[in-house]
Amino acid sequence: MSLSATSAPGSLPPLRVAALVKRFGEVTAVDGITLELRGGECLGLLGPNGAGKSTLIRSIVGRVIPDAGTISVFGSPADSVEARNALGWIPQELALYPRLTCRENLQAFGRYHGLRGSALNQAVEHCLGWATLTDRAGELVKNLSGGMKRRLNMAAGLIHQPRLVLMDEPTVGVDPQSRNHIFEMIEKLRDEGMSLIYTTHYMEEAERLCDRIAIVDHGKIIALGTHAELVESAFGTRSQVLARFAGADERVAAWVAERGGQSVDGLAQFTVEHPAEIAGLLESSAKAGFDLVDVSLHKPNLESVFLHLTGRELRD
Amino acid sequence: MTISSIVRTATVSLRRDRGALALSFILPVVFFSIFAVIFGGRRESTPKIKVIVVDEDHSRVSERLMQGLKKEGSLVVKTRPEPVKGVEQPEYTAATAETAVKEGTAPVAVVIPHGFGENPIAFRPPDPSRPTIQLLKDSSDMVAPQMITGLLQKVAMTSMPDLMAEQGSKYFDEFSGGLTKEQRERMEEGIRFLRERQESGAARDSENGGGIVAVRERAVVGENKNNPMVSFYAAAIGVMFLLFTASGAAGALLDEAESGTLDRVLSSHVTMTSLLVGKLAYNSLLAFTQLVVMFLWGWAVFKLDFWPHIPGFVVMGVSTATAVAAFGLLLASICKTRAQLGALSTLVILVMSSIGGSMFPRYFMSESMQKAGLLTINAWAIDGFTKVFWRDEPVSHLMPQVLVLVSIAIVLFAIARRVARRWEYA
Repeated sequence: MSLSATSAPGSLPPLRVAALVKRFGEVTAVDGITLELRGGECLGLLGPNGAGKSTLIRSIVGRVIPDAGTISVFGSPADSVEARNALGWIPQELALYPRLTCRENLQAFGRYHGLRGSALNQAVEHCLGWATLTDRAGELVKNLSGGMKRRLNMAAGLIHQPRLVLMDEPTVGVDPQSRNHIFEMIEKLRDEGMSLIYTTHYMEEAERLCDRIAIVDHGKIIALGTHAELVESAFGTRSQVLARFAGADERVAAWVAERGGQSVDGLAQFTVEHPAEIAGLLESSAKAGFDLVDVSLHKPNLESVFLHLTGRELRD
Repeated sequence: MTISSIVRTATVSLRRDRGALALSFILPVVFFSIFAVIFGGRRESTPKIKVIVVDEDHSRVSERLMQGLKKEGSLVVKTRPEPVKGVEQPEYTAATAETAVKEGTAPVAVVIPHGFGENPIAFRPPDPSRPTIQLLKDSSDMVAPQMITGLLQKVAMTSMPDLMAEQGSKYFDEFSGGLTKEQRERMEEGIRFLRERQESGAARDSENGGGIVAVRERAVVGENKNNPMVSFYAAAIGVMFLLFTASGAAGALLDEAESGTLDRVLSSHVTMTSLLVGKLAYNSLLAFTQLVVMFLWGWAVFKLDFWPHIPGFVVMGVSTATAVAAFGLLLASICKTRAQLGALSTLVILVMSSIGGSMFPRYFMSESMQKAGLLTINAWAIDGFTKVFWRDEPVSHLMPQVLVLVSIAIVLFAIARRVARRWEYA
């Protein structure tokens, strides 16, 4: 038994979002997002807290009514029964019944999705196995460790064998070991061909798990592509130089800006076409009388891309 | 310094906890006011006791007695039932008055028998052949029968002094005049009777020979009950705790909303309506089970007549349980947090319970308070259970209580469903 039922080649895309807008009072949480998920793809939504990722996910699962735009899941509207059957949602919160056991939780959510009898029992056992919780099946949720609760939270989202799974920061608050465990679970789903949307504000997670990444900021997708494509489009073949000066002040910031760089938390950042350009930067700083503490050369990553595009760090 | 910091921190926390503030300052004031209105001097109307008076005698004496009772400000004297569809009803007879007391129309009926006027004063040993006023009472009302008995004596003293004098001279004629052997024997007999009565205490449900007029009391409701007030308190206390349990159980909805479980459930095939109906069913079942436990305990420990009243208990239990469950859901749907729910439910339930008769019987209260009590679930539930366990009324007589409780359940549930829309979508 597989947890996923993948779409056949050439069939309708698992998810299509067009010009989606959602406002909460004065705040526009989602501002005209358009995207399409390919069958069997894992698409990462990368952005800082408050970027609009969760609102987008909640719109797709029908928990938020958009002000404008359309969402279709395998061709069906997001609030249709077909879409509900096809969608699995793993919310950021531990949406579980603490006084029920692992098995009882999965049975409850399975029943809510219309599963009964042997189909329900099989799904429960399979999900317990996927989350490696079979030996803790009779344990009350409130007695589980944080990592186990996270895994059960994921299993509950897959109990009805959806074809598209939306994961909203499923590793929030777990230790590195448990995070690895969760990555392995997700990679297993990917191997089975499940279509996935994965939101995170950790670039390492997006780099490891996602085929394509959409960078979200202020309710908009500001870049979309593979990891390599995003870096390429932002930096080309250039590298990053990071320099730190003692007593960094306004004079340093002005000098960094003059040289085409950015100052973030007292760290001067420049992009260079060739490593040899570092020498020119160091010479200029020495002439300006700055006391260099350290300097390093980096290949750009998603963090750099985000900083390049927004002028802010991803963790902000 | 440390102490003042602790005081300041606690004060700021309390100021920002509206629920705790309400419990600390509003609840005591509200409660105090309710009790002050019920028992204090500021009540706007004295609780009047309804009494049915049947005059079978139609003598000058009985009419004077009747007029005297009608003049009593604390009594509402009824001689005939309320008009039905504008049609005047015939006067009460002893039989219809007894039925009316059994049905709870009035707690007491006074029957002035034929021939009473010929010999109204009771200064002589009991004589079964002498016509005596009958007081038919509902024992669940501990106040009214005693009050009516006292008032009858007062009215006899104040409303017919001429008759008293007439009777006195009659007795004098009868007992004086040389004190023959026969007179002495009669006097001694009378004195002996009075002494015996004094030594044995006041008559209970027997002829009241201690007063001016003789009154024979008879309990027509609750006469064969094992333990008269147990069923009242089982219902009264039961409903109050049902309300607390129901609001607590409905609070699970708030926990689920807070944890995100509600969102997850609503993203499945479960709709908000089916979720609330499910919660209503569960909370009703829980409340009904609580009632069963309470009444079984009453049967086992306090000899409550549980088993013969099962049909009425089930009908009242189910309708009461559904009403309190809907009440709990409404409170939970209005509140945003568990703390809010705790404060609001404590406030509302204690107020409802005090004016609805869960803390003390409503007949202690003024008329307006008794009417206000009808706005509560407690009053209707207690009235229904009293009909079942006290008056032994058939299930069909529970229709008003059941209709009101079910209507309350439907209305409260509909409002709760409307308010719960806030959880459905953002």
